[in-house]
Amino acid sequence: MSLSLRSITCARGGRVLFRDLTAHVGRGEVCLVRGANGSGKSSLLRLVSGLLRPMAGQVVWDGADEEESVQSQLHFLGHLDALKPSMSVRETLSFWAQMMGGQKGVNAAIEAWHLGTLATLPCGVLSAGQRRRVALAQLSLTDRPLWLLDEPTGPLDQAGVDLVARAVKRHCGNGGTALIATHRDLDVGEAQVLDLGPGGREA
Amino acid sequence: MTAAWALFLRDFRLSLSAGGGFGLALGFFVLVAVLLPLGVGRDLVLLERLAPGLIWLGAALAALLSLDHLFQADLEDGSLDHFFFADAPLELLVLAKVAAHWLTTGLPLAVAAPVLALLLNLGTDQWQPLVISLLVGTPALSLIGAVAAALTAGLRRGGLLLSLLVLPLYVPILIFGAAAASKGPGAPELLLLGGLSLFALVMGILASAAALRLHVS
Repeated sequence: MSLSLRSITCARGGRVLFRDLTAHVGRGEVCLVRGANGSGKSSLLRLVSGLLRPMAGQVVWDGADEEESVQSQLHFLGHLDALKPSMSVRETLSFWAQMMGGQKGVNAAIEAWHLGTLATLPCGVLSAGQRRRVALAQLSLTDRPLWLLDEPTGPLDQAGVDLVARAVKRHCGNGGTALIATHRDLDVGEAQVLDLGPGGREA
Repeated sequence: MTAAWALFLRDFRLSLSAGGGFGLALGFFVLVAVLLPLGVGRDLVLLERLAPGLIWLGAALAALLSLDHLFQADLEDGSLDHFFFADAPLELLVLAKVAAHWLTTGLPLAVAAPVLALLLNLGTDQWQPLVISLLVGTPALSLIGAVAAALTAGLRRGGLLLSLLVLPLYVPILIFGAAAASKGPGAPELLLLGGLSLFALVMGILASAAALRLHVS
């Protein structure tokens, strides 16, 4: 699925974050969204996911399955991990697999994100980086063509960052599309960069 | 369907685990019923006359206690965002959450009611209508409460506001519930109570889902 943003204006809390943003992310492409804190990176991802509506302009998902809602064809990973402290890693992942209509196994996801030794631990005792890896493992539960990742590498160590880069590369190699808001350098090969600038100051 | 079932099971288990709502609402309900005779005094006839209304009031307050966490926890940890990308419509997921809430608050109250009826000097012939009225009416408490829980999910200390929003809406349920509990089965009040529950089933789910959409946008 490819993605077109047509002169989008986004306002949050009475403040215009960005104006007339136009971009195109094709099938198999990665787009890194950059910009200062408060420049609207998270809002852009929410706009693309359909959770938010733009003040002006249009988000177009080309090649999305018409029968299904756009929301069921994308992965949205916000900056919160969506974990319950009392549920174990394996329980969490099998819950999300069922929620997302997962075709792939929980075991494969645990393996892919190096969670094997943590699988039986409750999420409440995990470190921030480990929690993030559990949240990221959701990406491996179902094949969805569009990935929207908000600061996926936040608390991760270098090995974790490499895991994310590899997963994104594999996803795009299979014809997927990814939109990633990040401050870190992510080695995902060729990537388009969308810079939102120093942050909205207009009233 | 799988998604809604998974969410139902998750919520059910979470409310049974430490810090969940199960037991709290029931304990509150039991304490209210234990304390009431102490306050009212030794007038057994008066106590018997008050009993159905007091038990219903206790049930409404107990439901309120556990409602403020219904959506707030999911909103705070980011789970709510993911509900929009699940393999099921949001309305179905809301239904699953409310069903789990009722199963861990409303149903235990209905089951515990005969014990409390004993404390309030209600005759054994009155137990059946009381339990039936609670079984029919408590789903409406969860369903209507869910709308207010969804509206106040984003507020810190939204519990008090939630009570102010919900209690006026509980008035018809309380009136028909208490009346159905003191009359036999087949009373028109019981049928009206059932009607209220069905109305709440449709409107409560739709309105809660609409309120949750506001939170993420």
